[in-house]
Amino acid sequence: MINLETPRKFRAFVNQAHQVAAEMLRPNSRRYDLAEHEYPVELDMLAAMVDGLGASGTGSGAGASGVRRTEGTEDTGVKNGSNLSSVLSIMEMSWGDVGLLLSMPRQGLGNSAIASVASDEQLRRFEGVWAAMAITEPECGSDSASIRTTARRDGDDYIIDGEKIFVTAGGRCDAVVVWATLDKSAGRAAIKSFVVPKDTPGVTVERLEHKLGIRASDTATIRFENCRVPAANLLGSPDIDPGKGFAGVMQTFDNTRPLVAAMAVGVARASLELTRDLLAEAGIEIDYDRPTHLQPAAAATYLQLEADWEAAHLLALQAAWMADNARPNSLEASIAKAKAGRTANDITLRCVELTGTLGYSENHLLEKWSRDSKILDIFEGTQQIQQLIIARRLLGKTSAELK
Amino acid sequence: MSLLERTRGRERRRDVIGVGVAWLNRLAKSRTIDRFGWRKQTERVVFEATKSGFRTAGALSRSFSAASKLAKPSRLPSARGSGKFDLTPTEDQQTVVEVVREFAAEVLRPAAAVADTDCATEPKVLTASADLGLSLIEVPEELGGIVTERSAMTGVLVAEALSHGDMGQAVACLAPAAVSTAISLWGDETQQATYLPAFTGDSAPAAALAILEPRPLFDPFDLRTRVTGGKLTGVKSLVPRGAEAELFVIAAQLEDRGPALFLVESGHPGVTIEAEPSMGLRAASLSRVILDDVPAVQLGTFDDYIECVRLSRLGWCALSLGTAKAVLDYVTPYVNERIAFGEPISHRQSVAFMVANIAIELEGMRLVTYRAGSRAEQGLSFAREVALARRLCADKGMQIGTDGVQLLGGHGFVKEHPVERWYRDLRAIGIMEGAVLV
Repeated sequence: MINLETPRKFRAFVNQAHQVAAEMLRPNSRRYDLAEHEYPVELDMLAAMVDGLGASGTGSGAGASGVRRTEGTEDTGVKNGSNLSSVLSIMEMSWGDVGLLLSMPRQGLGNSAIASVASDEQLRRFEGVWAAMAITEPECGSDSASIRTTARRDGDDYIIDGEKIFVTAGGRCDAVVVWATLDKSAGRAAIKSFVVPKDTPGVTVERLEHKLGIRASDTATIRFENCRVPAANLLGSPDIDPGKGFAGVMQTFDNTRPLVAAMAVGVARASLELTRDLLAEAGIEIDYDRPTHLQPAAAATYLQLEADWEAAHLLALQAAWMADNARPNSLEASIAKAKAGRTANDITLRCVELTGTLGYSENHLLEKWSRDSKILDIFEGTQQIQQLIIARRLLGKTSAELK
Repeated sequence: MSLLERTRGRERRRDVIGVGVAWLNRLAKSRTIDRFGWRKQTERVVFEATKSGFRTAGALSRSFSAASKLAKPSRLPSARGSGKFDLTPTEDQQTVVEVVREFAAEVLRPAAAVADTDCATEPKVLTASADLGLSLIEVPEELGGIVTERSAMTGVLVAEALSHGDMGQAVACLAPAAVSTAISLWGDETQQATYLPAFTGDSAPAAALAILEPRPLFDPFDLRTRVTGGKLTGVKSLVPRGAEAELFVIAAQLEDRGPALFLVESGHPGVTIEAEPSMGLRAASLSRVILDDVPAVQLGTFDDYIECVRLSRLGWCALSLGTAKAVLDYVTPYVNERIAFGEPISHRQSVAFMVANIAIELEGMRLVTYRAGSRAEQGLSFAREVALARRLCADKGMQIGTDGVQLLGGHGFVKEHPVERWYRDLRAIGIMEGAVLV
């Protein structure tokens, strides 16, 4: 039966996440935006709470690790599982502060990657590890097929060499999931991901970036020189199978893109809610029944923004719901990410415009949200990359045909 | 070439239901059946094939007996949800939609261009659509309909599926259903007993729900059509099949008390119908209905009228989904086959991204509309959700319509391809009020 409401069994859990966001993230939002690179000590306590939320039963996997797909259960009915609960909790936390969410210990995108593709043995071994994700290099961004970081087999180990940039939580994490190629001449199929503990000799955090937004989150450049990691740290299959191409590492994105869409949805909702309150103080009320052309321009604009938000919100839920129900969701994950990324950016910027000096100055967080939202249309695949993926899939085109 | 001949002989995989519909379509046109008095029986056989979904067979056989007046009006209870987030239609809905989808593909789409030109939907198409039970989807079983609880979501899915064939004919087919739905949702026991048997019986009357008035910045909550002393006066605009309609549900201001719905029978001399051919939706035979001192009976409360406006907007959102999907399905192979500069134009990002954006926005429109429909049938508030769906479907639906033409270039601008018709039809979404109801 078609029903797009928050599942009954997650409501209490979502409410908990909301309170955490309201009571702990929001009050620290401005402080760590101004004090870039300062470690948000409050997060240590919060991370313990999030672990607790995850263990509380209803929301198995309150965050990054909730994206693991389980198979073979007897239950044939519709499932509302941890992909959906992760998306819901991330929406709430990002409503609080997306920069702080990205700095949450043990909730890195690397953790999602591990949860997505690790073997059970690896999952046990990396439990409790805070893992960042390292894909981008100075010479390669969206074109991840041409990465230059290498992994060379040496006995029971791999030796990793290369440089990664834009590693979210790269300074604070315990380990990095590094994309590296086993054979530069073998193209995409040779690209594998490796869990590299930060204390491995040869790992150097070179510097932290100064950024437009999500300043509470550290973004690192990390150099890998002769880093020796056990072969057992390779996630997925070690074989170079041209038939499978990128499949192994790309599978992660099917799980993480809905999470990033959820971040965008959360930030955008924060902007919409505050804007609505400020507009109400200015005498502008939103009427859902009267034709928009008969309402003040600000109200009409607001309705337009809220409509886009509603679409982004439901698209993120759909992508997660499909993952929970073991349905292929690459297309829907990219659609959710594309819509949520551009919508959140548009909404947060328009809200600043609607609220004038209140929105633009640091009195409120509206200006911050409009800076934070920009990254959400960039990382985990830019808007344009999502459109490429969607178009190729709809039109049945290869990356050689539709470049 | 007749409709029948045109659909015949096309290679197409059909399941049992598809065969049933195609068969029904042929049977419905056959005079032989009438002559031998087989019509009723054969219809029942076809509906049996879809029974697990619709409960049509049982409902239909009962509908032939006159409905007697109940002690109090029949009201459908809200659908009970499972509390789970779920995008799977019920088995009933899947069956119904499958039948309607076949009808849209086999009957509506091939007839669309001619119906657009003629400003009329062929009578046999209307008959076939009535035989599908479109007017019964929101009518309670005890009044001769087929449902036992609110089914706004089914209405959404049906409108979407019909509109994938052709929006104009879909509106023509759904127009009587708007009236039967309004009467079953808001009518008192007398109104239900008086009018619903006609809709649930053998030959459903043409009927229309009319809210729009001809002026800029029209507001359905600020009407110029007025009812004073039980007499209704005013002008209604873009009324589907107005000339054929035997019964109208008209939105009017009741004295100084507020806007409400009124039942008006079209036989009164104060009723004048005027053709109002428009940019699109031409197959719906749009007309103005001019009412001068016509007897009118109030249908439902002032609050019911607000709900009517919302449910009607929801119906238009659902219609936009089908047509927007038709655009996507049409341009996808076109841009792959069209060669320019030595390769398919789909190899260019500016073309491919336009297709991607159609898919992205359509998927969003669909989910937002579904949420509104699902809330409506579960008895939850849905004013906000309908408003957002309408905003989205009006804006993005029109964008999809214009991009559909753009992707075909000059070929999109000529009537050789259907995209220009979809462009005209999709412009209606932001304008229409009334006419359809889910």
